[in-house]
Amino acid sequence: MSVETLAPAESETARPMDLLRFATAGSVDDGKSTLIGRLLYDTKSLFSDQLAAVEAVSAARGDEYTNLALLTDGLRAEREQGITIDVAYRYFATPRRKFIIADTPGHIQYTRNMVTGASTADLALILVDARKGLVEQSRRHAFLCSLLRVPHLVLCVNKMDLVDWSQEVYERIADEFTAFAAKLDVPDLTVVPVSALQGDNIVTRSENMPWYEGPSLLHHLERVHIASDRNLVDVRFPVQYVIRPQSTTVTDYRGYAGQVASGVLKPGDEVMVLPSGFTSRIAAVETADGPVDEAFPPMSVTVRLTDELDISRGDMICRPNNAPTAVQDIEAMVCWMDETRPLQVGGKYAIKHTTRSARAIVRGLHYRLDINSLHRDETAGELKLNEIGRVRLRTTVPLLADEYRRNRTTGGFVIIDESTNRTVGAGMIVEAG
Amino acid sequence: MTSPAAYQVSHLDALEAESIFVMREVVAEMERPVLLFSGGKDSIVMLRLAQKAFAPANIPFPVMHVDTGHNFPEVLDYRDQRVAELGLQLIVASVPEALNKGLVRESADGMRNRIQTPVLLEAVEKHRFDALFGGARRDEEKARAKERVFSFRDEFGQWDPKNQRPELWSLYNGRHHPGESIRVFPLSNWTELDVWHYIERERIPLPSIYYAHEREVIERDGMFYAVNEFFRARAGEQSFTAQVRYRTVGDASCTAAVRSDADTVEKVIEEVAATRITERGATRGDDRVSEAAMEDRKREGYF
Repeated sequence: MSVETLAPAESETARPMDLLRFATAGSVDDGKSTLIGRLLYDTKSLFSDQLAAVEAVSAARGDEYTNLALLTDGLRAEREQGITIDVAYRYFATPRRKFIIADTPGHIQYTRNMVTGASTADLALILVDARKGLVEQSRRHAFLCSLLRVPHLVLCVNKMDLVDWSQEVYERIADEFTAFAAKLDVPDLTVVPVSALQGDNIVTRSENMPWYEGPSLLHHLERVHIASDRNLVDVRFPVQYVIRPQSTTVTDYRGYAGQVASGVLKPGDEVMVLPSGFTSRIAAVETADGPVDEAFPPMSVTVRLTDELDISRGDMICRPNNAPTAVQDIEAMVCWMDETRPLQVGGKYAIKHTTRSARAIVRGLHYRLDINSLHRDETAGELKLNEIGRVRLRTTVPLLADEYRRNRTTGGFVIIDESTNRTVGAGMIVEAG
Repeated sequence: MTSPAAYQVSHLDALEAESIFVMREVVAEMERPVLLFSGGKDSIVMLRLAQKAFAPANIPFPVMHVDTGHNFPEVLDYRDQRVAELGLQLIVASVPEALNKGLVRESADGMRNRIQTPVLLEAVEKHRFDALFGGARRDEEKARAKERVFSFRDEFGQWDPKNQRPELWSLYNGRHHPGESIRVFPLSNWTELDVWHYIERERIPLPSIYYAHEREVIERDGMFYAVNEFFRARAGEQSFTAQVRYRTVGDASCTAAVRSDADTVEKVIEEVAATRITERGATRGDDRVSEAAMEDRKREGYF
């Protein structure tokens, strides 16, 4: 398993490295930590002092093998209790891509953590143990990935070495999962048979499974096409901050700073500003390094308009014929994240959506979703920690929103408890208006 | 319609855009932000990102240096020059002053890493800062791997790892009550190598100690400590001259150098890409104290 195999072909070296964020889900039993350890190790992203520290702790605890889970279990309480409490972020790179792993634990708080990790992921990696096949947890993970609209899903059928590299076992699991995924909204699914422990199909193709003709996991991660996942059609530029230099050298400058949520902005484009509805044209799209011809996600830029309009943080720059809806009544899928107090009908909360803040009251809870059976419980009166339901909200000021399935940035929001200031829920807009 | 390939950004551009977004969020939503500036490469990169985030306006917050009194002179010179160039207000939270006033006591081993914390917290309280930009990265250390970009601190400046706010999409929750504050880490998703690639791309000058130079050192626990007024050789330790550079810059009494011939940014990148030891593992005596040294310091209110 040499790193030389990662060297790109000659024609590819000129291509700049891009960034792929992926979330991993599963429990230690599925071999998730071993898989991550293997990816880090084989891409030379694991350092000898980290490995030595893990070996020392493993030995002290009497583990029979070096427990790579300790690499991600960073906190004292985690090591003491042998559980993972929180999302851990891990980094590795190959000449083609930099990878950010949001490693989410598989125990009871999984939903909150997995939803968090999946919210920014381009891809999610779900592990199953080939001996056990699909379990309830695999279906839950797949459902959460589809709820969060993670564009690419990879199912790793792990521990193939323990089922004699059986094509039949692999295909049964792959077929079952594919059938389940078809019921969800999973745009792209890849299934890879692996042995994380032995390194089969992780970096290089396995010689033990000649019947498998697909790519190794790393090969897929390096090449999966993510550029088209971004929405380049609907121009959405949430104004984050107004730049007005108090300076004698730069006078009369007024620029709207923000990160492009979707679409492409160019100088000369006609734009509309919400909520006012005024129109203008883009005079310039600027960065500290000079003006640019166009801006697209995820660029952070400063937009200047040809007219002087009253625009402030929380406003949205879009196109006159393609605008988000300004809504105060919102239908959303909400994942509840607070252990102390449940979401209740009539409850009042703070909302953060794009760069806009509002207050909201829960007007109704249509149903609570059982994420194992996808059954809808319409008698539910509240949402507790890790529960998901469809909620109707009324906000104090209009949100400039799109449906989450169309736009992850203008369709997602967080719910904050106004007394504790804790983030207590995550919402995905189903219907705006 | 242009082909989708034209709308790709490099990983450095994506990281830069995210960091700029984070800095603008803080300035838009918080009352009194400050940037913690140590003169180390990460805080230097953070300062460059702050310049970019608010251009053509000036950086709209002051910088604060928690000065342990154990400084590398090259780093202090760099700090003063940079602050003057950018027209920034510099606040120095001084550990020697705090020692004189009796706020803190020198620790037995002479290391001042841990006693920085009360000095930092006192300055935060005095200036009523509610947001502190720090240059910490998640790849540095495993407690940091689990910390949020917006990391809540209670009125004692403490971090509670089990009670962190979920952070979804790019929606950061900076709400807090008076006296509480948020530590903000715009470089959370950068690695040491990313930082160096960015320094190369942006041609950012660094204090000279980051590049290979000759220095009189003592070897202790496999690390090379500079011989200077802050570092006491123990009996039996022989100093010698070696070609070294610093991978991190911190308190001069607990920051060690590594053997290196890398005297240019390109050579440093080659070296960092090939190294098999983490930067803190290679250079920080303070992290070797225990398995959870960083976690414990962070709970007390450390950076």
